Amino acid sequence: MSSKDSIAKTLTVATLLCVVCSVIVSTAAVMLKPAQIANKELDFKRNILSAAGLLDPASSVEEQFKNVVVKMVDLETGKFSTEVSPDGYDQTKAAKDPSMSEALPKAADIAKVRRVENYAKVYIAKTDSGKQVVVLPVRGYGLWGTLYGFLAVEGDMNTVVGLGFYDHKETPGLGGEVDNPRWKAIWPGKKLFNPDGSVAIAVIKGSVNPSAKGSEYKVDGLSGATLTTKGVHNLIQFWLGEDGYGPFIANMKKGKA
Amino acid sequence: MKAKELLFKPILDDNPIGLQILGICSALAVTSSLNVTLVMCIALTTVTAFSNFFVSLVRNHAPGSIRIIVQMTIIASLVIVVDQVLKAVAYDLSKQLSVFVGLIITNCIVMGRAEAFAMKNPPIPSFLDGIGNGLGYSFFLIILGVVRELFGSGKLLGFEILPLVTEGGWYVSNGLLLLPPSAFFLIGLIIWGIRAFKPAQVEHDEFKIAHNSTKTAEVL
Repeated sequence: MSSKDSIAKTLTVATLLCVVCSVIVSTAAVMLKPAQIANKELDFKRNILSAAGLLDPASSVEEQFKNVVVKMVDLETGKFSTEVSPDGYDQTKAAKDPSMSEALPKAADIAKVRRVENYAKVYIAKTDSGKQVVVLPVRGYGLWGTLYGFLAVEGDMNTVVGLGFYDHKETPGLGGEVDNPRWKAIWPGKKLFNPDGSVAIAVIKGSVNPSAKGSEYKVDGLSGATLTTKGVHNLIQFWLGEDGYGPFIANMKKGKA
Repeated sequence: MKAKELLFKPILDDNPIGLQILGICSALAVTSSLNVTLVMCIALTTVTAFSNFFVSLVRNHAPGSIRIIVQMTIIASLVIVVDQVLKAVAYDLSKQLSVFVGLIITNCIVMGRAEAFAMKNPPIPSFLDGIGNGLGYSFFLIILGVVRELFGSGKLLGFEILPLVTEGGWYVSNGLLLLPPSAFFLIGLIIWGIRAFKPAQVEHDEFKIAHNSTKTAEVL
């Protein structure tokens, strides 16, 4: 056996290599962390603004986000809450934490979100013309994974301003077309609720005949992406329903949130 | 071997995908849009070059019994660094590449070159060999990316080239091209093309099937 293959040498090489590699990896991770977090937050804010139709690519996202008010909503009572501070509150994380969320019964869980957090973080912005826009974070299962996005509605809590997803795992070109600006452009102006208050909005298979009755409640499905379309439909139904923002929307309509 | 040979031979003569048939999995996964493809090519070339370099540096000290683990540790560390850098610098692209950057660790080209070349050659030629093989991989990926994005979604790098019917144009996109299996057909066609052009790459049959003997026929 050559000295290269002795046990002592093997152990020394292994230890040294691991130490050197871990130092390099951790240095890179620690040094790049601030830039990564900043990127993530910027992306998040950009998506909120974009759903609210307020994104102006020419000026800085941070600057534009200053006009957005962040508020916490108790999903059960549907009222604004000051018990939890919105700073540093991570809604996605809260939904996984048993002390901050509640498990859903299977029958009610149409969007396959499994757990619903007690508090949601909503974003309220004003357009240039002074109209109020409320941005609600939504999520639900598509084909390959959970779609995370924002649904922006006007102050009447009925008219859609925009819908956008900032994180999803759908097939590019098929389900991934949820990011297509042309598809997203269908959403603004659609109505969410029937006059009696029940959820009316639906993503249908094929395209909507604009002159047909009720077309303001219907959105074209994505061709070649039946399951993603269903996922988007379900998540909208869920988050507008009783277990989602239903109570909050009802309160907002009465002006008592 | 000369530097030029190390750098350019893997593009047509000894292509990692075309001849060595390595790295097919990521070639299927990341080529549905050219933008993502290019980032993947850069990431893989960087990782292959540097992993070859470092593996070659320690090749005389790495005990034979743990040499594969040594290579894996080096490759994995490099990939994590590349992934972190991408997340910090090109966040949107890293979102699209998602798991595939991490999967460079298991990309057969990286390990294949470390084991086949870097363990036997000095650092600088190994580094060049890594870049060369990265270029060979990129050559295939870019062709795949161009064909798939152009005919699958009518765009190149996100710019509209063939206006789609769904967006008021005339081109009916080929949805199959957006799905990973289409890359298989394309890779097959490219390999066919290369081997028609360079018949030396055609593999010989491992055995020849003998003709039926007349005797057997008589017995039956």
